[in-house]
Amino acid sequence: MGLSSYLTLAAIVFCIGLFGVVTRRNTVGILLSVELMLNAVNINLVAFSRFHGQTLGMIFTLFAICITVAEVALGLALVILLFRTRRTVLADEIDLLKG
Amino acid sequence: MADPTLPIATALLLPLLSFLLLGVIAPLRRLGRGAGYVSLLLSCGALAGALLGWQRTFPEPEPIRLLTSWLPAHAGPLASVGLLIDHASTMMLVLVALVSCLVQAYSLGYLHDEPRASLGRYYAYQSLFAFSMMGLVLAPNLLQLFICWELVGLCSYLLIGFWYQRPAAARAAVKAFWTTKAGDVGLLIGIVLLWRHAGTLELLDLRLLAESGRLAPAGLSVITFCLYLGAAGKSAQFPFHIWLPDAMEGPTPVSALIHAATMVTAGVYLLFRTEWLFALTPDVLLIVAFVGAFTALMAAVLACVQTDIKKVLAYSTVSQLGYMMAAIGSGAAHAGFFHLLTHGVFKALLFLGAGAVIHAVGSNEITHMGGLARRMPQTVIIFVIGTLSLAGMPFFGGFLSKEEILAAVWAGGHPVLCLVLLVAAFLTAFYMFRVVFLTFFGVPSEGRGSAVSHHAAATDGPPHSAPHAHDPPLIMAAPLWLLAIVSMAIGLYFTWQHPAPEFAAAARDTVATVPVPGWLSPLAVVVASSGILLAWLTYQRRTIDATRLAAAFGPIRHAALARFWIDDVVMLAYRGGLLAGARAIGWVDRYLVDGVVNALSAAVVMGADRGRRVQTGRVQDYLYGVALGLLALITWIGWAR
Repeated sequence: MGLSSYLTLAAIVFCIGLFGVVTRRNTVGILLSVELMLNAVNINLVAFSRFHGQTLGMIFTLFAICITVAEVALGLALVILLFRTRRTVLADEIDLLKG
Repeated sequence: MADPTLPIATALLLPLLSFLLLGVIAPLRRLGRGAGYVSLLLSCGALAGALLGWQRTFPEPEPIRLLTSWLPAHAGPLASVGLLIDHASTMMLVLVALVSCLVQAYSLGYLHDEPRASLGRYYAYQSLFAFSMMGLVLAPNLLQLFICWELVGLCSYLLIGFWYQRPAAARAAVKAFWTTKAGDVGLLIGIVLLWRHAGTLELLDLRLLAESGRLAPAGLSVITFCLYLGAAGKSAQFPFHIWLPDAMEGPTPVSALIHAATMVTAGVYLLFRTEWLFALTPDVLLIVAFVGAFTALMAAVLACVQTDIKKVLAYSTVSQLGYMMAAIGSGAAHAGFFHLLTHGVFKALLFLGAGAVIHAVGSNEITHMGGLARRMPQTVIIFVIGTLSLAGMPFFGGFLSKEEILAAVWAGGHPVLCLVLLVAAFLTAFYMFRVVFLTFFGVPSEGRGSAVSHHAAATDGPPHSAPHAHDPPLIMAAPLWLLAIVSMAIGLYFTWQHPAPEFAAAARDTVATVPVPGWLSPLAVVVASSGILLAWLTYQRRTIDATRLAAAFGPIRHAALARFWIDDVVMLAYRGGLLAGARAIGWVDRYLVDGVVNALSAAVVMGADRGRRVQTGRVQDYLYGVALGLLALITWIGWAR
């Protein structure tokens, strides 16, 4: 399998994630989709690292996964806070910045 | 012969000093009587200066011109101010200074009960008026004349509306202002056109141009007609005469000074100063003569039905101004100017005398007076002297000037106008003696007490009850006596030294002179005497019933009571023409000019409202934007490669 297969997989996963982000109404679903997009990036990083023979990409990926975990925790906390204050987690009902 | 410049300049500047003192130093103005004394003192100084300067212009010298450039430019000053001293201007200056000084003294008595602050204001206005009128009289060019012309108009407005708390006074002031202003627009246009035509506004230069025939006659008629419009507005010629009777709402001394002796004659003076210009346009002169004669007759008819003593005098002023204009229109400006001077003296006298009566009785209505001769013996003598002058009886002030006008009009080739003026002279004698008999002789009218208290609010003076009516105090009587003496002196002096052929010499060559028949002068005296006789029979002996006399002239009387509907017509023209025009222009401004701007702003608001909706506030919509934008950016960069 060549590099292009990995890149294709990553692109597909990214697109699925993007699709999820813009279509899901539930905030938790949006968070999950964001995870998918991040994972697509991780796949890219790992694939380039493997095919270019540099380990730096691997290390970078590990850092990314760690930070993603923290970010998800933070995101879920925000969602809970949101639910507490607005009694909803649906993204299209949260439009306080409407012009 | 000494130089008259210095005393004349002093006479001009002293009232200005007085105005500045009273205007700037507020505590002095609030003194009231103190302010009056300051103003009176300075105006006495001005009178002395004017008299000295006048005396120094004998025998008639070359006109002295003193100019300061006001707007200097490389090719000579654009505008200059200064003095033009000749025999006529100093004579007029003496009249202005004399009447102004006497009126200021008289006002101290007449406005005795006025609050201090407003008395100070009154004297400030009086001083400003004296200065502006003197500046007008001495103006060496039309520009300075126009500025002073507007200033005296302003003073007239301020003094008519002196009791501005009264709605009638405020209305009269505004009416006087806009009526004269309508004529002033004509004057301004005329001056500008003259500048284009001749390139100078200096009276002496213009006169030189006009008399040497270097002034192109084409278009000159328009210029002189425009100048005449201004003069007609100021001098209350038909149809601009409507403001003068209303102007009687001002204090009586003001009426004497501004609306009888000086300001209203400014129009006549302007025409007199520019007679050489008018001589080039005989057609305009013809208009001047006809309108003047018509005004004289119309105002005389109107005066016959008035019951307000000041209104009678006001219409009589309009009528006499018509006489002067008729003389000028007939080419004898000197006769008009002569009548201006004598009229200034005896009309001021009459107004001040009427003021004394009003002050004593507390009413303007002659029907509320009667039998005052016994209680006010001085006033009646003075008033009768003024009345005889106005009626044009021999040996009195107005006799010779009126004769000269009649002769001049005849000599100018207008026998019909002369006839009209004779009829007006008859009416003049009649209505003036009607006032005299009703006011001073006859029986005191019944039920006076209630009438007076009813009318006290609507009149000038403090309400005195008629039984206590008495001659005015010395401060008011002295000016009256002085004016009466001057008026008599003029009459006697000129009777003694009859300058009869003067008008013939003054009549211009351009106007065909017709020999004046010898019977004209006796006829005028007979006509005036018969007017007096009719008044005596009607109002004193009562052999002719006044009501039957009135009934004989039913329709005319009815029309005259309605002021010939001229006020209504002018008011209609004002409402229908001026206000409707103003409304139309207002509509265009409000809905067309503003409409474009409003439409633009509304479009901006609407566009912004549309654009606002892009900001939905939803995260996902923004994400669409980011994603699509990124995609577009990448595609663009890809294409660029």
